[in-house]
Amino acid sequence: MLAVWNIDWQTLVDAVAQGAIYALMAVGIGLVFGVLRLVNFAYGQLVMAGAFALALASQWGWPNWAGILLCFAAVLALSLLEDRLVFRPLRGHSPAVMLVATFAVAFLLQSVALLWFGPLGKIASSLAYLNRPVTVSGVDIRKITIVAIVAVAICLVLLFVLLERTTIGLHMRAASMDFETARMLGVRADRVITFAVVVSGLLAAVVAVMLTVQTPLVTPDFALRDTIVVLAGVVVGGMNRPIPATLGGFAIGFADGLLGGALPTNQSQYLPSFLFAAVILVLLVRPRGLFTFGKTVERV
Amino acid sequence: MKRLLVVQELVGPAVLVAAAGVLGAAVSTATQTYFTDALVKVAIVVALYVFIGNSGVLSFGHISFVALGAWTAGVLSVPRTEKPAIMPNLAHWLAHREVGNLTSLLLAAVVGCVAAIVVGIPLMRLSGLAAGIATFAVLEITHNLLRYEEKVGPGLNAFSAVPETTGLRQATLGALVAVVAAFVYARSRFGRMLRATREDDAAARAVGVSVYRQRLIAFAISGLLAGLAGGLYVHLLPVNTESVYLDLTFITLAMLVVGGATSLWGAVVGALAVSALDSYLAVAENGTDFLGWHIDLPAGTRVIVVGALMAVVLIVRPSGITGGRELRLRRRAAA
Repeated sequence: MLAVWNIDWQTLVDAVAQGAIYALMAVGIGLVFGVLRLVNFAYGQLVMAGAFALALASQWGWPNWAGILLCFAAVLALSLLEDRLVFRPLRGHSPAVMLVATFAVAFLLQSVALLWFGPLGKIASSLAYLNRPVTVSGVDIRKITIVAIVAVAICLVLLFVLLERTTIGLHMRAASMDFETARMLGVRADRVITFAVVVSGLLAAVVAVMLTVQTPLVTPDFALRDTIVVLAGVVVGGMNRPIPATLGGFAIGFADGLLGGALPTNQSQYLPSFLFAAVILVLLVRPRGLFTFGKTVERV
Repeated sequence: MKRLLVVQELVGPAVLVAAAGVLGAAVSTATQTYFTDALVKVAIVVALYVFIGNSGVLSFGHISFVALGAWTAGVLSVPRTEKPAIMPNLAHWLAHREVGNLTSLLLAAVVGCVAAIVVGIPLMRLSGLAAGIATFAVLEITHNLLRYEEKVGPGLNAFSAVPETTGLRQATLGALVAVVAAFVYARSRFGRMLRATREDDAAARAVGVSVYRQRLIAFAISGLLAGLAGGLYVHLLPVNTESVYLDLTFITLAMLVVGGATSLWGAVVGALAVSALDSYLAVAENGTDFLGWHIDLPAGTRVIVVGALMAVVLIVRPSGITGGRELRLRRRAAA
């Protein structure tokens, strides 16, 4: 079956890793959507900021732990700033207005990066050793693939515990079900939103670390394409609930990786066309989400 | 009296466009380019308004129709003798065809319209975020295909050798055609029915309006205007796939939103105001003097300022600087 489609194990494992990373981005986008009803088109620019932090740290010769720390700090600071200056004032506007607003923020941040670092970008090389392959029963697997899958699994488990077993997690779930009712019952809106933004930022930082290993050259449009693909995945999966959104992110990353490996070389340049044609098809068949079952309330 | 008010809604935007054209004729040739570019942007933004403004449904996909219009007009206008050099892999049936300026613009509009109908038939069922993402997918697919399909165009290269016929006069006329078409559509019963679905979907359905059909009609008209604008664009500057992709989508959406998406007046004001700001910043990036101060902004400031402006307008005045209303010089007396 696999051989027919010209897919080997290596492609399959890489596709799983890409799906895992996209799943994490999907969670980051989905968490903020849950509490603010805001689709953050500028999520990729958080990842880009983290990647530039890593590149600067490696340029300055900082040790890896310090670079990763700087990456987390930069992404967190930027996401809190976004939250204060843009997300909060936009609260309550229609999802379309908010999507267009974050579209503007994305372009703004990209231009700031262009001004600051130039169009050629910088290289984050300090973690490049993770790109070397290890051989597992005859299959060459890059170390980052394993690291990514494990890291994403850990993040998702932690997130599950956070959402299901803590008070703030309960508040967040309540807020994403019905924000107004949750507020009336004593959930503090500002705290829940800040918390969602912080967690979403932390996830962006994790994604930044993993993407820079795969693509060490960091340019101002770093992670832009990934964000577009993940956004499509999240909407395809089902925006209203975290698990369908995550599955949607995973599915589109996996499909992207698999198609990239399976398409013959003379067709691989048309990968985006195949991918987005599939997106349109799924949206037409199941506009409320591929992974949403049962009765859902139309919110968007 | 009432008829006079209605006419204002057409005359206001049209006079503004004409004024930009006249003003452009009075300035130096270098500055004139900015006016021509702004007027082509007016045509694109008015095309966006016809669909987004009247339906309230977001579309990130209209630049695909601009791109298809540009490709149509471009491929057919490059002189036959130049084609092998610029587009060596062009399909046989295109390689020997060459049409005049006006024909190329008309064909661009037709292709934009047909593409919008083909895309719209499946997609007009969607609303909200699903519509936003699906139209984005259309943009991605068009960009990807035009970039690598060298049978229908220059692929990764720019459209050089297209006759530069889009001067100030053609750009002004093009923008006026778009404004008149948008006005006529908005005043027609189709436009009214579509706006009814925007205001209250359920109520519109209840009185027998087919949301799907009304959206499709608007989408087709809007695709036609976008295709025409694309044709004008390729006759203005050497277009490549990147110049009809995300950046143009961003700037035209910014213009529509800043002006006020729900009115023709807003679309025209937004397009001209943001163009003026953008052009001024472009000049300032190369160094200029303003009231005795020497200004030399670093490259890239334009997008930062326009992006910030768009975000601020959305936060402070989500219905745009015109409030999304048509121009009314004389307010109705309070009852």
